[in-house]
Amino acid sequence: MPLFEALRLALQQIRAQKLKSGFSLIGVFIGVTFLIGAWSIVNGMNVYMTDKFAGTLVGVNTFHLRQRPNVNFNVDDSTWRSWRRRPRIRFADADAVTRGLTVPAITAWYSEDRGTVEYKGKRAQGITLEGTTERYFEIMTLKIEQGRPFTSQEAKAGATVVVLGHDLAEKLFVNLSPLGRSVRIHGIPYQVIGIVERQGNLFGMSLDKFVVAPALSPIQREVNPPGVVDAVLVRASSEPEMREAMDQTEAIMRSRRHLRPRQDDNFAMMTSEGVLDFWNKLSRILYAVGPGLVGIALVVGGIVIMNIMLMAVAERTREIGIRKSLGARRRDIMRQFLAEATALATVGATFGILTGIALSVLLQVATPLPASVSPFSIVLGVVVGGGVGIVAGVYPASRAARLDPIAALRQE
Amino acid sequence: MIAQEFHTGDTPLPDVIILAHKLAREYDMGSEIVRALRGVSVQIRRNEYVAVMGPSGSGKSTLMNLIGCLDTPTGGEYWLNGQKVSDLADDELARIRNKEIGFVFQTFNLLPRASALHNVELPLIYAGLGAKARRAQAARALERVGLGDRMQHKPNELSGGQRQRVAIARALVNDPSILLADEPTGNLDSTTSQEIMQVFADLHAQGQTVVMVTHEADIAARAARVVTLRDGLVATDQQRAA
Repeated sequence: MPLFEALRLALQQIRAQKLKSGFSLIGVFIGVTFLIGAWSIVNGMNVYMTDKFAGTLVGVNTFHLRQRPNVNFNVDDSTWRSWRRRPRIRFADADAVTRGLTVPAITAWYSEDRGTVEYKGKRAQGITLEGTTERYFEIMTLKIEQGRPFTSQEAKAGATVVVLGHDLAEKLFVNLSPLGRSVRIHGIPYQVIGIVERQGNLFGMSLDKFVVAPALSPIQREVNPPGVVDAVLVRASSEPEMREAMDQTEAIMRSRRHLRPRQDDNFAMMTSEGVLDFWNKLSRILYAVGPGLVGIALVVGGIVIMNIMLMAVAERTREIGIRKSLGARRRDIMRQFLAEATALATVGATFGILTGIALSVLLQVATPLPASVSPFSIVLGVVVGGGVGIVAGVYPASRAARLDPIAALRQE
Repeated sequence: MIAQEFHTGDTPLPDVIILAHKLAREYDMGSEIVRALRGVSVQIRRNEYVAVMGPSGSGKSTLMNLIGCLDTPTGGEYWLNGQKVSDLADDELARIRNKEIGFVFQTFNLLPRASALHNVELPLIYAGLGAKARRAQAARALERVGLGDRMQHKPNELSGGQRQRVAIARALVNDPSILLADEPTGNLDSTTSQEIMQVFADLHAQGQTVVMVTHEADIAARAARVVTLRDGLVATDQQRAA
């Protein structure tokens, strides 16, 4: 019997017994759904982490000189306490780094806290208050949509000017141009000079609820103790230059803090790679656990299919006898039942793939979790699903093929 | 007319379709060995119409299975259409069943979920014919048994007589050397039985070789030759006056 004929027969059989077929392919269905779904989440997170998260948090070819890492994974208490005891990064450190770097790089101070911004009685709470210097916009590639960023003169003078995030501007100034108007940050008035282009969100949190004011403006009292910054941002023009800038910064800081050669750094330099490191650890766990769960579902699915096929062989013994009496060879019968098992599993896998895709689309729409279906996972789903069918079908099919035609024909 | 004596090592005459020589079949039942056939020698020529009779336990089903290549003998030789088939392997027997033998069973043995046309197509599928040629040939076979207008009906939508006609069409579709019928009227009422027997008579008249196993004397009476088995041996082999 040609393969096409066997396949047609198999699909016919599945259609004839929809309910039973439905139950029998549920295991493979769940396995493949999980495979596609979980993979798409991890895959989506991967894309998200590399493209967006790290870029948003740290910036391209950029590192942050900080007291301690700000993105952590699995840090024990004693390490954490020792980090907290470290000296803070001070204005003087920032200046020393800026002056000391011989690699072409741009630097900015950065400090932040949460606070409230008001305009004529309207209050916006939970706003990120950022105190920076003028190159900050350039380093983080923040495009100014309206108005202008503050100048180095304004930064040095600590002028009370402010650049608003997109959402914040919309919230405070409905149908009004914010430029030139005055907002209050914890009682002190600042003149709005620019609006930053919309940044979107990260895991559902808006990236557009912030104000940026010069670090030396009165905002410094809101964000940090006197003379202290959260970070010095350094952006080089290429990866190797960034590495060199990091080496130089380390040397400058070590000498400023009089660290002896055996002593560890008591400051941290975060790169986007460092942020990703945390994610890589997490995804490694997911990649290790995921296949296990998928495997269990598929093994169960395979056993179910094998059982169903053994039942089918028993039920259809007479049919097998008839086919043999009409000239079906062992391999014809074998092929027929193998095709049926494979078709069952493949139909299950197909539904699983569709459901997995639907699930990941739903996830993307309904939750901030990013999900993106990888084409490779679809291919794998089909191959693995079909493979389970073949493996599960071999034993029942060979039993069917070996049936004695006389005995099979006698069966009622 | 008695067929020419056959000896081991001989080759049958060209017009001898079935040649059984000292055919034996023993079943090992563990505690004892059952000797269902104990050396049956029969020759059947092209276009003969032979009935095989005998009480139950006489070995006629066993002989039927051997002639139909569903089983292999434990002793003796079996030649079908000039080919020695008694020592063929499983898959070769399947090919012989497909090409040389058309079965008609007492219980019809149609696939219940398949249409009449598809049932008749089955042997052609295993013969490896293309879909188009298959359908045309199957339709012709159904028309030959007078079911040209019932091709798309499922077996349960057909009467007993019609089902047996579908089975006959299926048996004929590969143009086999022999039509092998096992109690073909056993499940039919007497009127329908007469119709079906007429179909066999017509096919015989058209040149088809027919071998029919039955225990009903009036059915056997339709055949030109009656072979009677008893205790695994040929008891009588009578040619009827034409």
